[in-house]
Amino acid sequence: MRSRRRTQRVGGRLPLVLVLPALLGLAFLLIPLIGLLAEAPWSTLPSRLFSADVGQALRLSVVCASVATVLCLLLGIPLAWLLARAELPGRAVIRALVTVPLVLPPVVGGVALLLVLGRRGLVGERLDLWFGFSLPFTTAGVIVAEAFVAMPFLVISVEGALRAADPRYEEAAATLGAGRWLTFRRVTLPSIAPGVVAGAVLCWARALGEFGATITFAGNLPGRTTTMPLAVYLALETDPDVAVVLSIVLLLVSVVVLASLRERWISGLR
Amino acid sequence: MIRRTLAAALILVTGLALSACGDDSSAAPSSGALNGQVNVFAAASLTGTFTQLGKDFEAAHPGVKVVFNFAGSSALAQQINQGAPADVFASAAPKNMDQVTDKGTPTTFVRNKLEIAVPKGNPAGITGLTDFTVEDRKIALCAEQVPCGAAAKKVFEAAKLTPRPDSLEQDVKAALTKVSLGEVDAALVYRTDVLAAKDKVDGIAFPEADQAVNDYPIATLTKAPNPAGAKAFVDFVLSAQGTKVLTEAGFAAP
Repeated sequence: MRSRRRTQRVGGRLPLVLVLPALLGLAFLLIPLIGLLAEAPWSTLPSRLFSADVGQALRLSVVCASVATVLCLLLGIPLAWLLARAELPGRAVIRALVTVPLVLPPVVGGVALLLVLGRRGLVGERLDLWFGFSLPFTTAGVIVAEAFVAMPFLVISVEGALRAADPRYEEAAATLGAGRWLTFRRVTLPSIAPGVVAGAVLCWARALGEFGATITFAGNLPGRTTTMPLAVYLALETDPDVAVVLSIVLLLVSVVVLASLRERWISGLR
Repeated sequence: MIRRTLAAALILVTGLALSACGDDSSAAPSSGALNGQVNVFAAASLTGTFTQLGKDFEAAHPGVKVVFNFAGSSALAQQINQGAPADVFASAAPKNMDQVTDKGTPTTFVRNKLEIAVPKGNPAGITGLTDFTVEDRKIALCAEQVPCGAAAKKVFEAAKLTPRPDSLEQDVKAALTKVSLGEVDAALVYRTDVLAAKDKVDGIAFPEADQAVNDYPIATLTKAPNPAGAKAFVDFVLSAQGTKVLTEAGFAAP
């Protein structure tokens, strides 16, 4: 069926028409990162890095991104399963809607969240009325904003893994008398674990870098809602050196995340 | 053969595109009539008035297009110093004007002061600055980097109060939006912002506001892509017609 011929190595040099734009593209992506490293105030870097503000923003970022990822796992895996396995009418439309936050400008996401979950929002008004609880300007608000933006990464990744998984194992489990829930837990979930891990890592990285939805929905207060990207943005206006330091920390985290995403995990993303 | 031609064409196109990027003087300075585009970087609190002034200016000078970049003054100063192609900078405070290095002589064109903005009808019953110190109240202030935040700091110092904000917004319009959406009980914004949003917010004046009156300076920039247009726009803002638009919006003449 899929007996594709192995790509033959055509002799001779690489076509210039491809190599040149490829090199340009590579330079375009790398030069800003190199510039960031070149501009870094290396001599004062350690003292700035361990200043209270940076530590606070970093801690808040890590905590919020992690909680948001857990939230995405709890809601995203079932959603991915529904999209991959259930007979849903209009599944293509639902899948398209699920991925909207992926392409939506995050600020728009923040505005939407504010209009729905804000104190005067459709749902937020009830929360405030019944529980005296409102999300904007709280750390919980940051988590909600990050989860909103990051969840599609997890759903797509897990759904891809589910589609790639061999359904015969699930069928075998079913013929042996396992219910759907048991099958899901004992057969499906272990078989898609690499996809789940890849999705969770991507989701976490996206949540860590979230800016637009966070500043719009959760505002900006050091220690409560000022995550690293917000701190970078505000620091740029007063102390660009601090902004560079903060950016390097985020860059480092991103590189570590990508390096940890080994080939076999990414393969689940197809 | 075809491949080689294609490659050559691609190199040519790339080269052209790159050289076009480098040579970005779309609005060539002209000696006589005004033309091209005037890029005006203006403080967020000038959004309404300057949009109006831009339209009036375009009507008075056909062929000229005014393009605005409204944001917090500190962000704008930063952008200009990083080489953003600005012709005119109008800041909400002298401090942010000072941060810009390559500029003509700044002129103060208006003054503005702070007022408490509350959602229409004042549902939380805010009465004055002391409400800003209550933990239970939802409060938005401007971040200290932007002029409205610096002014707020001065006001609270004068009143000997320590505010307990829930958010430090990156410009005054962001703070105002949080009020008009009802997400906060009160915010400190400019008097002019309260007037501009009077359908959705109510204003409460307070005596300490006089301790922090903001002077708004405007200046042309020495690296302006369109110096003639820049000068004409500044002159227009300072003219009787410009002053009228600004004072009607609640700004005080300097």
